Formats: sequence, C-alpha cells, structure tokens
Amino acid sequence: MQEHSTFKQQVKAIYRLMAGLFGLFIVGAVGILLLLSNPDWTRKKAPETEQEYVAIPEEDDFDKIENGIHIRTGLVDAEGLMTVVNNCTNCHSAKLVTQNRMNEERWIATIRWMQETQNLWDLGKNEEIIVDYLVTNYPPGKKGRREILSNIEWYDLKD
Amino acid sequence: MKRRNFVKKATLGSMASVIGADIVFGAVLPEGYKPLALQDPDPFKMFEKDTGMEVLNDKPWNIEAKAHLLDDKVTPNKFMFIRNNGLIPENIDINKWTLTFDGESARQQKTYTLAELKSKFPQYTYQLTLECGGNGRSEFDPPAKGNQWTVGAVSCANWTGIRLKDVLEDVGLKDDAVYIGYHAADIHLSRDPGKEPISRGAPIAKAIQEETLLAFKMNDKDIPLAHGYPLRLVAGGWPASVSGKWINRISIRNKVHDGPKMTGTAYRVPCNPVAPGDKVKDEDMCIIESMPVKSLITYPKSGAMINKGKKLDIRGHAWAGELEVLKMEYSIDFGSTWQSCPLEKPANRLAWQHFKASVEFPKEGYYEVWARATDSRGISQPMLLPGWNPKGYLNNACHRIAVKVT
Repeated sequence: MQEHSTFKQQVKAIYRLMAGLFGLFIVGAVGILLLLSNPDWTRKKAPETEQEYVAIPEEDDFDKIENGIHIRTGLVDAEGLMTVVNNCTNCHSAKLVTQNRMNEERWIATIRWMQETQNLWDLGKNEEIIVDYLVTNYPPGKKGRREILSNIEWYDLKD
Repeated sequence: MKRRNFVKKATLGSMASVIGADIVFGAVLPEGYKPLALQDPDPFKMFEKDTGMEVLNDKPWNIEAKAHLLDDKVTPNKFMFIRNNGLIPENIDINKWTLTFDGESARQQKTYTLAELKSKFPQYTYQLTLECGGNGRSEFDPPAKGNQWTVGAVSCANWTGIRLKDVLEDVGLKDDAVYIGYHAADIHLSRDPGKEPISRGAPIAKAIQEETLLAFKMNDKDIPLAHGYPLRLVAGGWPASVSGKWINRISIRNKVHDGPKMTGTAYRVPCNPVAPGDKVKDEDMCIIESMPVKSLITYPKSGAMINKGKKLDIRGHAWAGELEVLKMEYSIDFGSTWQSCPLEKPANRLAWQHFKASVEFPKEGYYEVWARATDSRGISQPMLLPGWNPKGYLNNACHRIAVKVT
C-alpha cells in the first residue's frame, strides 16, 4: 500500500510535469505563430495567449458551420437547428434525418412512432420548432416512377 | 498498480492500432479523454469494409455496397452490407454464450452452449443470398421513411452452421407450432434494457428448410461481429431481417411471432395493391416472405466509355428469393428489344446465379444497359418501380448502367 501511494505520487508528479511541459510547448508555439503572423501583437493586449491555451481542446469547433451545414451532424444550418440536434440525435444518428424527405404529416407521424415505441420523450413546445425545421429543410421531392441516371462518373474502360 | 499501468498501456496500444499511428503524448492523455480519431471511428477499419462502401447511418450502423463492388461470385466481408436496427452487442464471451429454446409450442425449454451446438449437430455450408427488404427504397415516390438503400443491400456469402431444423427436432415442437421468433444480444438505440431492437422470425415451414442455418462461420471464418458473431440465423431468399444476428434465444410460437419489427408496417407491404402515398391500415399490411426476382450488373461500373466497334463484356448476378432464376436478358434500347444471355445454375438452392454477355453497340452515343431476370414462375423484373408501399420495400426494378461509345 505504501509503495502503491508513493508510486501514485510519482506518477502524478510526472503527469503534472509532462502536462506542464506540454502546456509550455503549446504556449511557446502559439507565441511563435502569432509573432510570425503579426509581429506587432505584443504591443496590443497581452491575455491572448491564455485564451489560445484554453482553446486547445477544440471545443470551440464543436458546433462549427461550413457552407450552411452543421459539420458535426451534417444537418442544414437553419432556424431550429440546435433544437433538432439536441432532441433528435441522442439515440440515432443525424444521418437518419438527413437521408429522409417527408411532409409535415409524416414527420409528425414519425415522431409519434418514436414516442410510442422508441422511448422518445414529450417534445413540448420544441415539437413545433422541430417539425418546422424538418418540413422546411427536408421536404419530399418528385422522383416519378423512375429517375434518370445522374452523377455518372465517366471513365475510359480498358481491356 | 502494475496491472493498472498495464491496462493503461494496453488501452493506448489498442487505441493506437485503431487509429493506425502511435499516440504522441499518450501518457499525458487525461483519463476518460478519447482522441478525436476514436470519437469518430473509421467504420471501414472498424468493420474491415472497402472504402468504396457507402455509410448510410452511423447510429445504428448501416452501410451498403455499390453494384460494381459486388462482382465476386461469393461476397467477401469487405463488400457485404451492414444493416442494424440497434447497437452492436458489447463484450461477447463465447464461452458463456448460450442459445435457449422456449415458447408456447416448445415441448421443453432447452439451452445449448455454443460448443454443444457445434458438436452435437452435423454442419453444412451453403451460399445464401441475403437482401435487405428495403434494398432500393431510395427510389420510391412519395419517399419512404428509413435508411435510403440504393442497390447495395444484398450479398451472397458462404455460411456454415447447423440446420435449425435439427435443433428444433431435438427440442421438440408441439403440433400447434406455427412460427419461430428470435431474440438477440443487440442493444436498443435508447439503451433501454427492457427493449429489443428487433425480434423477427419465420413460419415453421421456412425454419425447417435444409438451408435455414444457425450459422457460426461466414466464408470459412468466424462471423464478423457486425454480421452476428458468434451465432446468427441465415434464412436465404427472405428479407435479411429474418436472419437474426447475435442470437441467444428462439421462441417456438403457436401464433405469428409478435416481437418488435414483426408488427405494424415493419417488413410488411399492403396485402392488396395501393396507389402511391395511400394510407394503409396496419391490419391491411401483410408480412413479406420470399423476396422478388432481381438482378444486378456488377461489371463494368456504370460510366464506362468504350471505342466504337468494341464489344462490351458485362456480368452480374440474379436471384429470386425462394425460387430460381430461369432467364436473363439485357437491353440497350430501353426495353424495345431484349437479348438473352447465359445464366449459371445456382451453387445450391437460394444462392444467387451469375450471368454474362458480350454487348455490341450499333453506333456512337449514350447507352444504358438494362438487365432483366425472370424467375421459375415466369415473373420478370419491372423496368419501372413496382407497387408503392408505405415503407418502401421490395423494389426489384431492373438495374442499369450508363455506357458511352465514342
């Protein structure tokens, strides 16, 4: 037990040392990068380095939007997006939403089916926000009885 | 304490092998923190799938092939579609794995270990076609809810196992037995332990067919985890959902099994034809049994450009659920004329069959090669979408590829 706790302390000390060194390394690297990109930065407010340090876990990118798409889920960035993310991607992937196209009646029927059989909770006031978002961004389109072939990748067929 | 260290090292080691690179600063990773690469696992590495496969859904995992990836006569794992209703089971201990038979129509409740199943009953290997009931769903209009499968939710692998029939005989069926229903170790999406993601089954007549297996090998190896390790049902020719994965219990029922995805609209189509978009009452929906006749051009990949005067060699597979395919044809003029082409006999009942042809084109231009199979009852694939149904099942419309002659 004695040996255990001594060892544990040693490990902790090493861990702190490594973490410290890693932190210093990051601070240094950020400093150099800032200096390279903007040599005048030291004359402005200084606390920027600390903010950069805090940003390391990349949490700031968690809900990144690119070209109108919420990167983490693939959902369209539109009114109600985060309500949909928070209510509709806990059990299943957002891909199950983005693959589908339904009208209001059928999106609501899908929600009811999930509430009756899949343990989806009562959405309360959020239901209207969610259904509006789905109907606006994922409505059905016309396909007819057979679509033309599209997105053909042409290539030379060699023997 | 040493053990703890070892566990941490081993964890880092396995993380490293999943990511495919050493984790620099691994020692200072905070406890409970997963590297980004593991938070968003690479399904192609995780399931050993070809990177040309299409991920339709990552929770639950649903991955399909493309027509040109299915060119092998016997589908290898890397091109086999994955269809899940729930989460893949965790921490499987094959030494503790058992299969229990119960139900109203079982003469006794009986439990077998895996070792008992493997040693007590003779083993058989068959090539069996498994196609998801919703394969082709993406083409229906109005669109049907669910994973939007295109053409790649089909496979024909070698399955090795014991006949379900032999085990059912050992357990004993009462005279009123009509159905079997499976239960499995997968986890409901809500992680509610009281819920089964899927528990389907088959009528006794299908259950006691010689080719209906309790399988433990796929293509001569242990079944991959995503495909049902260590034990699954394989009932070729029927919607693949009948072929339950990770099976640990089979109920012998005196009525049609009523587990999740047996009732309502799941794996059912209107008993009588309906107009596209019609509402259909649950009681007017009938369970899908044998899958319809269908075929796929697996070579060449759509988009081939060839020189004028050259013949185009095409090939592919055809299957017809419980039946055999008797005739295979192709058309380069949108069905105005059809040419017959050679078709092999199946390796065994319920295996897909292979066809090939050498196609000539009269002049330069854009063509589509369409393939059409006809089953032993004279039923052919439609060129247009078959009957619309609320859940988008059974689309067996002809497959086609685009070709340019220059």
